[in-house]
Amino acid sequence: MSNKQIKALIRIIITAMLMITAFLCRIFIVKYLLFIIAFIIIGYDVIISAFRNLFRGHVLDENFLMSIATIGAFAIDEYTEAVFVMLFFKIGELFEGYAVGKSRKSISQLMEIRPDIANIEKDGKIIEVDPQDVKKGDIIIVKPGEKIPLDGTVIEGTSSVNTTALTGEALPQDVQIGDDVISGCININGVLKIKVSCEFEESTVAKILELVENSVDNKSQSEKFITRFSKYYTPIVVVLAILLTAIPTVFHPESFSENLRRSLMFLVVSCPCALVISVPLAFFGGIGFASKQGILIKGSNYLETLAKCKTFVFDKTGTLTKGNFTVQKIVTFSADENELLENACAAEYFSEHPIALSIKEKCKKQIDEREIKNAEEIPGKGVSAIIKGKKVFVGNDKLLKTLGINTPEIHEIGTVLFVSDEKELLGYIVISDTIKDDAKDTVAKLKSLGIKDIKMLTGDKKSTAEYFSKETGITSYEAQLLPQEKVKALDRIDDCFCFVGDGINDAPSLKKADIGIAMGALGSDAAIEAADVVIMDDKLSKIPEAITISQKTLKIAKQNIIFALAIKFIVLVLSASGLGTMFLAVFADVGVSVIAILNAMRMLKK
Amino acid sequence: MKKTYRMQNLDCADCAAKMENKINEIDGVTSAKISFIMQKLTIEADENDIERIIREAQKICKKFEPDCKIIGG
Repeated sequence: MSNKQIKALIRIIITAMLMITAFLCRIFIVKYLLFIIAFIIIGYDVIISAFRNLFRGHVLDENFLMSIATIGAFAIDEYTEAVFVMLFFKIGELFEGYAVGKSRKSISQLMEIRPDIANIEKDGKIIEVDPQDVKKGDIIIVKPGEKIPLDGTVIEGTSSVNTTALTGEALPQDVQIGDDVISGCININGVLKIKVSCEFEESTVAKILELVENSVDNKSQSEKFITRFSKYYTPIVVVLAILLTAIPTVFHPESFSENLRRSLMFLVVSCPCALVISVPLAFFGGIGFASKQGILIKGSNYLETLAKCKTFVFDKTGTLTKGNFTVQKIVTFSADENELLENACAAEYFSEHPIALSIKEKCKKQIDEREIKNAEEIPGKGVSAIIKGKKVFVGNDKLLKTLGINTPEIHEIGTVLFVSDEKELLGYIVISDTIKDDAKDTVAKLKSLGIKDIKMLTGDKKSTAEYFSKETGITSYEAQLLPQEKVKALDRIDDCFCFVGDGINDAPSLKKADIGIAMGALGSDAAIEAADVVIMDDKLSKIPEAITISQKTLKIAKQNIIFALAIKFIVLVLSASGLGTMFLAVFADVGVSVIAILNAMRMLKK
Repeated sequence: MKKTYRMQNLDCADCAAKMENKINEIDGVTSAKISFIMQKLTIEADENDIERIIREAQKICKKFEPDCKIIGG
């Protein structure tokens, strides 16, 4: 509790004690005086600011409305009620302040990735400086337990770093000399010397923080509705309050005090605070919670759309699949399997193509470079080399055609690599990308979350696409698409849809989609730029998680809107018909705020 | 130029929204935003004007919440 809140609490206690004394007191004038003193103690600041604001022209401010309501109650001899209302208003305010403070704290805890200091070496001594003062190219030292303050490359030391705050990933990552490290990670064990690669404003941590903080600016429909609503709500209720006294009094002057009482209750209910705070708080809580899981959502509007989209489109390579090619199968016609692999490996020895890399990875045997002669690449077809005096060709069907060898019909998933000598096909190797471990689960979860259409787009051939969609449970696919055709394929989708890609070469698709989700974006500026939702690591399971968070946020926001409006409306009706009490009115004001805030805070917990 | 300031004793969400509207009306302000949750004021304006704008913004904030202070970024 802050000092301000403790002072408020003391005033509440004194007032409560004075009121008890007043109730026990039987001498009218003393009783009356006690109520007045209690009222002044609890409400002096409200009344002072009400008058001050009145002269400044803010007629409809909360303090003013509360002052009129309570002084009015005094005027019609309802002094007990007047003090009670002011007391409850203050208790409510105290609760509200406490709840707001608490949620602010939880949110800032979610964003505890901002580094406070950077250690730089100067004249042989290590000094602490503000990360903002560190320049590109400077050498910083990060001790165990400290946050890495800026992005850079390790030049000395080895350690493990914890990326939990950025990615939600619990497993630490090992780093050594030459590795790039990202700001916001926590250094666990070794001392690291890091050469800084960009200034603080450009660093990952600053960008993430800015993104999360600015996300509040992209307002959702429900927030916009509330802002518009509250603009009209207060004046309308105040006008109604005036009419409620004015009209009946003209006809029945004797009913004035009862009419005034009803109007005063209207004034108490007229503050839109509960609505104004609780809806954005729910959204901010949702965004904050998501960012803790390594899911950055760029605005409440995206959170809202994400909860509603029923179509998901996935890019294949690197998104649903690991993007690393591995040897799936080796088929030989004459040679021994290992010999075929060794020959292929030797022929591909000097190539850095992903396919060559996968063969080299599979072939465990150390190749003697001296045995490879005349290695050359045949563009678009494959490679050839002379190995141990024998010419070997490795490549696709086009290569076989140029050699004049008949191409057999092969039905395999993935890329087929033929191995041959000058006359004869020796065998073939099937290489394909592997499906991410969590792809199948993710698709199943998406379906259970109500996503009806899950599409896959790929540049790969049809048979591969079919295999992958069957394996993962995806509902439809479009294969053999050129990059520009992918965007056209997205054009054909009428419904609201999300596109999930790795962000590296599908920026146009990410932008085209209602919601662009970039995977594995940690450290990739382009992906963070183009997407609406950024998943820091490459776990597909974060997608259903993001949807769950967005649906929960939306639910809470809706609950708050309906709850606050319903209570206010009911209390207004009761007040107008004479059934309401001042207590109910105060509850409809501050009580509703507190409950709505507490409800919004559920978003911050799992 | 864009500058961010911290706000102290910002207690009422409705007031924050009103302050934001009024600050946006100050001469020379390109855009102003108040984040009630982050207790932050972000002002976009010409560098030469910013001091005057902050002084005026401070006055506006005081009108809505007497305790509210704008402190350095």
